[in-house]
Amino acid sequence: MKFAVIVFPGSNCDEDMYHAVSGVLGEEAEMVWFKEAELEAYDGVLLPGGFSYGDYLRSGAIASVSKVIDQVKTFIASGKPVLGVCNGFQVLLEMEELPGAMLRNRDLTFMCHEESLDIRNNRTMFTSQYGTGETISLPIAHGEGNYYCDKETLETLKANDQIVFTYRNNPNGSTADIAGITNEQGNVLGMMPHPERAVEELLGNEDGVRLFESIVKNWRETHAVGN
Amino acid sequence: MPLVTEISPEVIEQEQVYKEMGVTEEEFLHIKRLLGRAPNYTELGIFSVMWSEHCSYKHSKTLLKQFPTEGKHVLQGPGEGAGVVDIGDNQAVVFKIESHNHPSAVEPYQGAATGVGGILRDVFSMGAKPIAILNSLRFGSLQQSRVKFLFREVVHGISGYGNCVGVPTVGGEVQFDDAYNGNPLVNAMCVGLIDHGDVQQGVAKGVGNTVMYAGAKTGRDGIHGATFASEELSEDSESKRPSVQVGDPFMEKLLIEACLDVIHHDALVGIQDMGAAGLTSSASEMASKAGTGLKMNLDWIPQRETGMTPYEMMLSESQERMLLVVEKGREEEIAAVFEKYGLEAVAVGEVTDDKRFVLEHQGDVVADVPVDGLAEDAPVYQPESREPAYFQQSQRQSYVPEIRNPRNVLRSLLKQPTIASKEWVYDQYDSMVQTNTVVKPGSDAAVLRIKGTDKAVAMTTDGNSRYIYLDPETGGKIAVAEAARNIVVSGGEPLAITDGLNFGSPENPEVYWQMEGAVRGMSEACTKFYTPVISGNVSLYNEAFGGHAIYPTPVVGMVGLVRETAHITTSDVKQAGDLLYVVGGASPEFGGSELQGMLEGKHYGQAPELDLETEHRRQQQVLEAIREGVVSSAHDLAEGGLSVALAETLFKEDLGCEVEIHGDVVTELFAETQSRFLLSVTPEDAGQLEELIPEAKFLGKASEHGRFHIIRNGATVIDEPIQTLKADWKGAIPCMVKSEG
Repeated sequence: MKFAVIVFPGSNCDEDMYHAVSGVLGEEAEMVWFKEAELEAYDGVLLPGGFSYGDYLRSGAIASVSKVIDQVKTFIASGKPVLGVCNGFQVLLEMEELPGAMLRNRDLTFMCHEESLDIRNNRTMFTSQYGTGETISLPIAHGEGNYYCDKETLETLKANDQIVFTYRNNPNGSTADIAGITNEQGNVLGMMPHPERAVEELLGNEDGVRLFESIVKNWRETHAVGN
Repeated sequence: MPLVTEISPEVIEQEQVYKEMGVTEEEFLHIKRLLGRAPNYTELGIFSVMWSEHCSYKHSKTLLKQFPTEGKHVLQGPGEGAGVVDIGDNQAVVFKIESHNHPSAVEPYQGAATGVGGILRDVFSMGAKPIAILNSLRFGSLQQSRVKFLFREVVHGISGYGNCVGVPTVGGEVQFDDAYNGNPLVNAMCVGLIDHGDVQQGVAKGVGNTVMYAGAKTGRDGIHGATFASEELSEDSESKRPSVQVGDPFMEKLLIEACLDVIHHDALVGIQDMGAAGLTSSASEMASKAGTGLKMNLDWIPQRETGMTPYEMMLSESQERMLLVVEKGREEEIAAVFEKYGLEAVAVGEVTDDKRFVLEHQGDVVADVPVDGLAEDAPVYQPESREPAYFQQSQRQSYVPEIRNPRNVLRSLLKQPTIASKEWVYDQYDSMVQTNTVVKPGSDAAVLRIKGTDKAVAMTTDGNSRYIYLDPETGGKIAVAEAARNIVVSGGEPLAITDGLNFGSPENPEVYWQMEGAVRGMSEACTKFYTPVISGNVSLYNEAFGGHAIYPTPVVGMVGLVRETAHITTSDVKQAGDLLYVVGGASPEFGGSELQGMLEGKHYGQAPELDLETEHRRQQQVLEAIREGVVSSAHDLAEGGLSVALAETLFKEDLGCEVEIHGDVVTELFAETQSRFLLSVTPEDAGQLEELIPEAKFLGKASEHGRFHIIRNGATVIDEPIQTLKADWKGAIPCMVKSEG
């Protein structure tokens, strides 16, 4: 499977994302500078964390209208998987590929530590390798991760099983403890916690590995004929 | 024609305008001699910042020469942006510490943020990828609302800048003492990783080569920042807020990427960041190091504001700017590298052979001064030194606290902000980005693996200023020893240090005496541990409001090499049943202790003794035991003594302990005797530990019941739920920060 890690000016988890899928999982991956992107040849797109455009205006706002975005939209429409982590999630919200918006953390400070997450839906192409109702631990590192959506949207998210991860101990004030959601079609996942930071035993946490394995497994299954 | 009429050389001389810029009458005459005429306003400004303490080290140069700076691992010692130390496999670490005390005292968010930005540039201008940020912070009493504000905003500033640039803030230390009430200390350290062949130098070589300016535009912020940093804080300091720079971490992030690209371009000759004294120091230093001259046309400097005078441009400390020297005719190639990141890189001048620093502006030569006059010929002073009266007096005083209830004392100690958990601080820092952080903040040293190898590097900052106040020489030794202990307990071999020397006014003989002693002690320890000083920073005039100097505060930033990741060790006891050992006995040493500060509200008596032989032997034994795989956890004993160290190692896993002590209770539990380690091992490994470290004394074992239980002669001394102690320790700082007042 071939991944594109989109690099915006100010992305800073791009190399970590690349290291996770390429170095640890051993899949093919390339860092793609946002201006040079041609996404057709890729099987999955990863929008990394960081501070694209310095978080100026709003987190993810400027990246969401940058040059690569039309291609990302086409990629999403084709049904291929797109994962946005942290700032990548914020970009997906600003693109309106995912519903809701991000507010500053309840305590108004940046926070960086591990949080317990409940897997709320393991029937997605991103979470099939986790158990139902399983609790995992992933690092968070954000100042604006307080997910907000109105009541109606929340009902829709629930009805469609779009809520994938919730926090055990809501650290930032997110609506309904939401840590990650998919789009209705299920091929776009946005999440604040960082699975790419939890892929090696040496760093003390491997709970993120199965997320990437799920993506790869799904791709292998749907592309079995070609192989 | 200049838009603003500048003060003429005649007026400068008659009205002694130079004094406003911190230039003494004698120095002014010296400048006149060097020029053969009176300087104009721009030239005077240039001299004043280059001869400021911050840039010239004029009061500290002779002391700094005492430091050992050479060693088999050292690839680059002091003199460049940062020092470079070999870690094998053609790789090296690049590191330096720098202070941003004065700016942080008046504008804490930007002061701290730009401190981080500046130290990052020192490291990536060497060609290294910044892999970690550490800091060393000192604040006054958290009871004061101003101190709370400074503390909150400094932490926000570090977090706001460091998190955005994508370099993990992995460690550091924070201490609190009334001595810093008006003058906090903000020292930031950066560690970078580099391949040997990529090491850059800030030199303007090759006559005719082009000088290029890259990064942010020049504005009117930070004018005279270096001068501001070289005088005491006063009630007027608030008016110096324009001397504080404003940081843009997004710009810095782009600049890091572009500079790490450009170092691989063969048209690049030299590169240096514009730090203190901005364009003036970077340009003149690059020429001075290369033995050349440099000519710039200020009309070509990218400017953020209109109508800037040469004086303003040359003295601006606008952030996120770099100066490059590139092969003539290849400017476009270099500009293209920056263009990818949306950054401007423009030609602003050329390298000349006349050893003069010449500036043109709107058709006029506005400055023409000898390069060496700014750097090498800067004045050097041998300040007067005098032993302060307090020293002998303090040496004669003995202090042994009387304690009735050790349990209450331990609980109170755990709530002292210097000892209490700093989670409130480091939770605001992204400590994991770049995914190398194996040991995160909260242990003795941070440890980062080096991708693609089985090596890791351990890093720490340390410095107990109360010991240095009581006895500068011993305190200086302790600062280095403690840093080395932090590295060793993490499984690393100490390699080298960077020093952050924070003192009061060197023109006060008693302060200079403190400086002399501290540097002597540090040098001795560095020599003993084979940890040369490879870079550093001097911050003097840390005195607030009427001559209250801070405690003498040299901070040691140390980096060590962990040969194999399997050696990485943390301070947390891993499981119930593990056996606890202490290496080194306690003596009734309480001078400068946390306990003394808590009970007496001041520090006096003698600092704890330090025998470098003993220290070094124990460090080597502990490291050996760690490398043999015998040690499950290792922690150095520091503030608060054995009881605090023991409690800290049990918190993570919520373990209890059954420990028996012998001898005097207060000494055993709270003395701050040096060169001591707390180790835990599995019962199977106990025999081997005792063989490797014969001095290791069995204390007891970790238990499942979650009670912190200490007995002596069969009687309970402390028996407290670990949860209670942990709540005290974890809750103290959040509680103080949030409380009103």
